[in-house]
Amino acid sequence: MSEAPVAPRPGSADAAGLVPDGRPDPLLTPPRARAGWRVLPARVIAMCVVELQKLRHDRTELYTRAVQPALWLLIFGETFTRLKAIPTGGTPYIDYLAPGIIAQSAMFIAIFYGIQIIWERDAGILTKLLVTPTPRAALITGKAFASGVKALIQAVVVIVIAALLGVALTWNPLRLLGVAVAVILGSAFFSCLSMTIAGIVLTRDRLMGIGQAITMPLFFGSNALYPVALMPGWLQAVSTANPLSYQVDALRGLLLGTPHHLALDYGVLVLAAAAGITAASSLLGRLAR
Amino acid sequence: MTDAPESTAPVALVCEGLRYAFGETKAVDDLALSVRAGEVFGLLGPNGAGKTTAIRCITTLLPVPTGMVRVFGHDAAKERMAVRRLLGYVPQQLSADAGLTGRENVELFARVFDVTRRERADRVARVLAAVDLTSAADRLAKTYSGGMVRRLELAQALVSAPRLLMLDEPTIGLDPIARTSVWEHINAVRAATGMTVLVTTHYMDEADQYCDRVALMHRGRIHALGTPGELRSELAGRRRAEGEADPKPTLEDVFRDVAGSGLDEQGGDFRDVRSTRRTASRVG
Repeated sequence: MSEAPVAPRPGSADAAGLVPDGRPDPLLTPPRARAGWRVLPARVIAMCVVELQKLRHDRTELYTRAVQPALWLLIFGETFTRLKAIPTGGTPYIDYLAPGIIAQSAMFIAIFYGIQIIWERDAGILTKLLVTPTPRAALITGKAFASGVKALIQAVVVIVIAALLGVALTWNPLRLLGVAVAVILGSAFFSCLSMTIAGIVLTRDRLMGIGQAITMPLFFGSNALYPVALMPGWLQAVSTANPLSYQVDALRGLLLGTPHHLALDYGVLVLAAAAGITAASSLLGRLAR
Repeated sequence: MTDAPESTAPVALVCEGLRYAFGETKAVDDLALSVRAGEVFGLLGPNGAGKTTAIRCITTLLPVPTGMVRVFGHDAAKERMAVRRLLGYVPQQLSADAGLTGRENVELFARVFDVTRRERADRVARVLAAVDLTSAADRLAKTYSGGMVRRLELAQALVSAPRLLMLDEPTIGLDPIARTSVWEHINAVRAATGMTVLVTTHYMDEADQYCDRVALMHRGRIHALGTPGELRSELAGRRRAEGEADPKPTLEDVFRDVAGSGLDEQGGDFRDVRSTRRTASRVG
């Protein structure tokens, strides 16, 4: 055991700068609690702000994550546009592919979001957040939307790359708002899926393995690369149950004006995000133990 | 040593018959505890004694399966949000977010405790000043020393003006100068606010010096409770009765006496030890 530190006690209030200067001392007056429905948006904003602050301090992730979608569009997109192997109903293949790559790159970020939760658990950050007046569902919703913010920035990057490659995307602000909502909802679902798995497997290594194992089936078992009609029956069934397909359908409809089912797409995405938040919240306690 | 608050002081925390088991292992076994408002109360024991589990039940991180926990009259099992609003909590790990600045770390906690936007900047600045981090506030926390991180965590816990400050091994792994600094700030805040402080530690010397009262915990139970002076003089009295000439027992001797073995002979499972070492290596 090391030596006991020698210190005068009790410490003086002056030394700590705690003497009130006419105003009520914040160390003595607890903030007034928000009540009811106001708690949820406040927590969501708090988590999103943290995500943006982190991105502002370290943009490396932003740049490195732009590489993969750029390669998909540049190599895969350009090649298959020339091959004309995939029937896209008259749309150039690279245009057809761009919304799929937006959804895919957003999903790739979200599907590993659980690693961040496990890291926050190990670092004690999660524990501390769980001792704040934040219901678990509000904390998970906050995290889900924070992941959505990250995905949204990624989507902007991919849209810019696609535009530079000559993809004819819409610039209608309402449609772009719809795109943002679809990206955030999809990301909320996949990050909750990831946090749910984190709550089950509890370690980063296992989550990494499972994340990698499910990413490709989710991607290839969707309409991101090719129309569902081309798939064998069993893969069509996978695609029907895969929220990524609905996200891509909405993005493609909004950005390119192709046939779409927006009501169904948003309905499925909202339900999937709500189910994901419920599942991840109920397992969050396992991470806190 | 300041005088312990009078026994008539209102009660900040009460635990009665608290039990918590991980499978077959009884981490907390029939814990009874009463912390008076305004005192610095030390929960002492080796790794694996059940201190952290007890703290987790009090902070609502773990359910209260058997027994009762009340914080300023609020039931920790039924009124979780009310209890959390009264608590400031610093866990054993270094829990500041290294990717954010000191100020942003504190702002997050101001936000989740519902500090309004109008009040936020001022409150955060004042609490950072209270822990002497004003000049470092806009640097990323990853550039902080171990002692600075601990003070930042103190600021995070204090920004909501809690009535009960819970510190789980706040000085673990710190060098003596940083330990002194952390304790000086805890004491200054206590002096300025009259806040109740519950601290766990396995540094008996620190507990002796800084706590008004201590509880010695071993294998999930409290084996001795009182001011450090009372516990030491009681053992000294018994030793004198046994014929020892000039017994000057330390708090660690008291622990050895009630637990039947010394602190260094206690285990703690792999996870406890790993967590302790990880924290120690990060602050070192």
